Amino acid sequence: MKEGQSKGLFDSDDEIAWCPGCGNFAILTAIKTALLELNKRPEEILMVSGIGQAAKLPHYIRANVFNGLHGRALPPAVAAKIVNPELTVIVHSGDGDTYGEGGNHFIHNIRRNVDIAHFVHDNQIYALTKGQASPTTDLGQVTGIQTKGNLDQPLNPLMLALAAGASFVARGFTGRPEHLVNLMKEAISHPGYALIDILQPCVSFNKVNTHGWYADRVYELPEEYETGNLSRALEKALEWGEKIPVGIFYRVEKPTFSDRLSWLTDHPPLVDRVWNPQDAERFLTELE
Amino acid sequence: MDFNILVGGAAGQGVDTVAKVLELTMKKQGVEVFSHKDYMSRVRGGHNFHMIRFADRPIYSHRESLDVILALDSKTVEIHSSQLSAQGVLVSDESYRQKISTGNALWLPLKEKAVEAGTKLTEGTVAAGAVLHLFDFDFETVWPVLNSLFKSEIFEVNRRALEIGYALTEPQFKLEFPESQPRIMVTGSQAIGLGALAAGLSFYSGYPMTPSTGIMTYLASKMEDAGIVVEQAEDEIAAINMAIGASYAGARAMTATSGGGFCLMVEGLGLAAMTETPLVIAEIQRPGPVTGFPTRTEQADLSFVLTASQGEFPRMVTALRDPEDAFYQTFRAFNLADKYQIPVILLGDQYLGDYYQTIPPFDFSALTIERAIAGEEVWKQPEHYQRYKLTDDGISPRLVPGRCGTQVVIADSDEHTEDGHITEAADVRVAMTQKRMQRLEHLKKEVQEPWVIGQTDPKILLLAWGSTAGPVREAIELLEEDYSIGALIFGDIYPLPTKLLTDLAPNVTMLINVEQNATGQLASLIRQEALIACTHSVLRYDGRPMSGQYIADRVKEVISSDERGTE
Repeated sequence: MKEGQSKGLFDSDDEIAWCPGCGNFAILTAIKTALLELNKRPEEILMVSGIGQAAKLPHYIRANVFNGLHGRALPPAVAAKIVNPELTVIVHSGDGDTYGEGGNHFIHNIRRNVDIAHFVHDNQIYALTKGQASPTTDLGQVTGIQTKGNLDQPLNPLMLALAAGASFVARGFTGRPEHLVNLMKEAISHPGYALIDILQPCVSFNKVNTHGWYADRVYELPEEYETGNLSRALEKALEWGEKIPVGIFYRVEKPTFSDRLSWLTDHPPLVDRVWNPQDAERFLTELE
Repeated sequence: MDFNILVGGAAGQGVDTVAKVLELTMKKQGVEVFSHKDYMSRVRGGHNFHMIRFADRPIYSHRESLDVILALDSKTVEIHSSQLSAQGVLVSDESYRQKISTGNALWLPLKEKAVEAGTKLTEGTVAAGAVLHLFDFDFETVWPVLNSLFKSEIFEVNRRALEIGYALTEPQFKLEFPESQPRIMVTGSQAIGLGALAAGLSFYSGYPMTPSTGIMTYLASKMEDAGIVVEQAEDEIAAINMAIGASYAGARAMTATSGGGFCLMVEGLGLAAMTETPLVIAEIQRPGPVTGFPTRTEQADLSFVLTASQGEFPRMVTALRDPEDAFYQTFRAFNLADKYQIPVILLGDQYLGDYYQTIPPFDFSALTIERAIAGEEVWKQPEHYQRYKLTDDGISPRLVPGRCGTQVVIADSDEHTEDGHITEAADVRVAMTQKRMQRLEHLKKEVQEPWVIGQTDPKILLLAWGSTAGPVREAIELLEEDYSIGALIFGDIYPLPTKLLTDLAPNVTMLINVEQNATGQLASLIRQEALIACTHSVLRYDGRPMSGQYIADRVKEVISSDERGTE
C-alpha cells in the first residue's frame, strides 16, 4: 500500500442493497483488495456499470462512477478510457447485462481492445428482475417465465470472447477469493480488454447453481498451463460440467485501441486537448 | 443572370464528377452557386441528377425550370426535358435522340468523342466541356478544377475529353460576373462538421446512416489534422452511449444519425439528460417511418425529437436553416450543452445536408469555447464533491474525473441523491426533477427568435422551420410584389421562442405553416406552446424538397381558395 493508503480507502458510505449471502459481497471485497494491492487511489479509478445487481457495485466502492443503461456499460467505458486514458477503467456487469442486452457491445469491444477490465458477475440467472433465465442459464432450467424449462441452450462466454479475438480471457469463482483477487489484478494490469467471467451463486433465484454446486466442480488451471495457446484455451473453455476450470485461459499482448491511434501518439490525452475555434479556420481552405 | 443546369444519369455514370466540374468552375469564376443532388438508394443504375443553379446574386434554393440539361442517359431526357425553358438547351449523346416538347436539343457524338479522347469513361467530361462552352466559360479556369478532381494518371485523358467537348458547341448564354466576393462552397453536413471542429469536438462516434453520414465522413477526413477520434460504432445505441461516456470523461463529444438511428438512440438521450452529461446530437431527417425513403428529404421527426424518451427532462432542439446557420448553431450547441449540462438536438434533413451553396466564409473571430467546467474552488473543498448538488439555478458544478484532485465524480442513470447514489426517496425525487426542469426556464431565455423574412407587419404570415428557410425566402421574393406577405423561419424550436409570433399573429388574416411533412408538426407545436392556430397549411411529403417557386405557387392556391387572402 502507498503511504496515506488505508484499508478503508475504497469504502463507500452508500447502503448496500444486495441480499445477505449474495456472491456480490465477495466480488466487492475482492475488487477493493485488488485495488489496494495495486496501490491505486479512488480518483484514478472509473467504475462503469449498466443495470442489474452487479451494476450496483460501483456505488459501494469509492471511485469515479458512471452507472449507465442496461446492457450499455461497455460503450461509455471504452469512450471514457479513450479520451481520459490515465483513468483505470473497470466495468462491472451481470450475465444478462453483458451477454444478453449488451451482446453486440461485448463482441465489438473485444475487437476494439480498449485497455479496460471487465468483470462479469455470472450467476446464470436474472436476479434484479427476480429469477428469469439469462444467456448462461442451463437448458431446461425451470423459472417463473421458463415454466417448461429454459428452451435456449446457454452461451459459453469464454468461447465467444476467444473467438472474437479477446487478448485476456479468464474465469473466477467467488468461492475462491484469493484466486479471484489475483485474477483481478492481472486483468487490471493487462494492456487491452480483459474479461473475467466470475461464477457467483444467486442465493435467492438460482437454486441449481448454488455455492455448493460450483464448489464441487471448480478447479484451478494448473501452473504449467500455457496461457498463450488459443487452441488449448478453446479446448479448456469447452470444459463445463463435472469439472469447471477457473483461471486465466488465454493471455496475449495485442496493440490496444489507443496504440492504434497513431496520429495521436505525440498528443496530450483528448481530455487535456488545447483548442481554440480559430484553430479550425484552416479547414476553410479546401472549401474555397 | 440566373441559370439552372441539370446533370442526370444512372448511378455509376459519373454524374457526381460532371456536376463537380461544373460547380467548381462556376464558383472559381465568382458566381453564386446552389447545387442540389437527387439520388436513389443504389450504387449502380437508377436515375440520379444534380441541379446546379448559378447567378450573379445570392441563391437560396433550387428551382425546377431548366436552362440546360446534360443527359447521360435516355431516362434523363424522358423525365426532365419538359422542365426545359423555351430557350433551353438539352445536351445528350446522339444515341438518345428523341422528340422533346420544348427547348432545343443538341444531339452530340459524346460517346464517340469520349473514345477519341482515350476512353468511353470520359463521356461525362466531354459533355461538361460542351456545356461550359455554351456559357462561354474561359477554358483556362477549368484546368485547376480538373486537376483537383482527377488523379494525375487520368487527368490528361479528361483534359483531352474536355477540349473535344468544348469544340462541339458554340456559346449560347451570356454570363455576367458579379464583383468577386470571398466565397466558400459548402454542404450542410460539412458546415455541421466544421462547426463541431471549431467547438473543440474531440470524440465523435456514429453509425453510418444516410443522409447523416456526410457529417462523419467530413470529420473522419479531419481526424489526423485536428487530432481527434472518429469511431464507427457497432450500432446507434453504442454510438450515443460512447459519446456520453466521452463527454462524462471530459471531452466534447457528438453523434449524428437519421430518424431510424435516432429511434435506437432514444434511451441514450434520456441517459444524457438524467446523468446531466452534455451531448450534441445531429438528427438529419429522411422520410420515415422505418426505412422510408433513404436518400430523400422530409421534416417529419420534429414531434418525435421533442418528446423522445420516457420521463420528463429539458432538452434543446434547434433546426438548421442553411449551411451558414448550421455552422454557427452547431458551434453554439456545444456551449449550450456544457452550460446547462443537457442534450442539444440539431435537426437537419437530406436537403440541407447534401446541397452545396456558395456563402461568405465562416467568421471564426468571435467564437469562444465555454466549457463551464468547475475549477479548484469546487474540487479543493474538504468535503466530498457532489455531482448533483442542489443549487439556486439548478445547475450543479461539473467536474471531470481524474482532473479534480482527490475528488471522485459519480454519475447515475437511476434517480439519485446529490452525491450520485441510487435513491428511492420521494423528496429527493421531487427536488431532482425540479432541478432538472429548472434548466428549461433558462433555455427559454436563451432561445433565439425566428428569422423575419419579407414584410415585418404582413397580412399573410408564413411559418416555417429548418431547411425550408431558403425556399421560403425565394417564395416571398416572388410573392411580395402582389401580397402583403412575410415569414417567420424558426431555428431554435424547443423551447419555442414565441415573442415575434405572438406580436405578429394577431394582425394577420392568414397564418400559413409551410412544412415538409403530412401533419403540420410546427403548427401543432405552436398551438401547444403559443395557443395560436394556423389558418392554412402548405405541406409536401413526397420526399422531394420544395423550391421557392413551388411554395409561391402553393401559397397562391391557398390565397385564391380563401377570400381572406384577397382582402
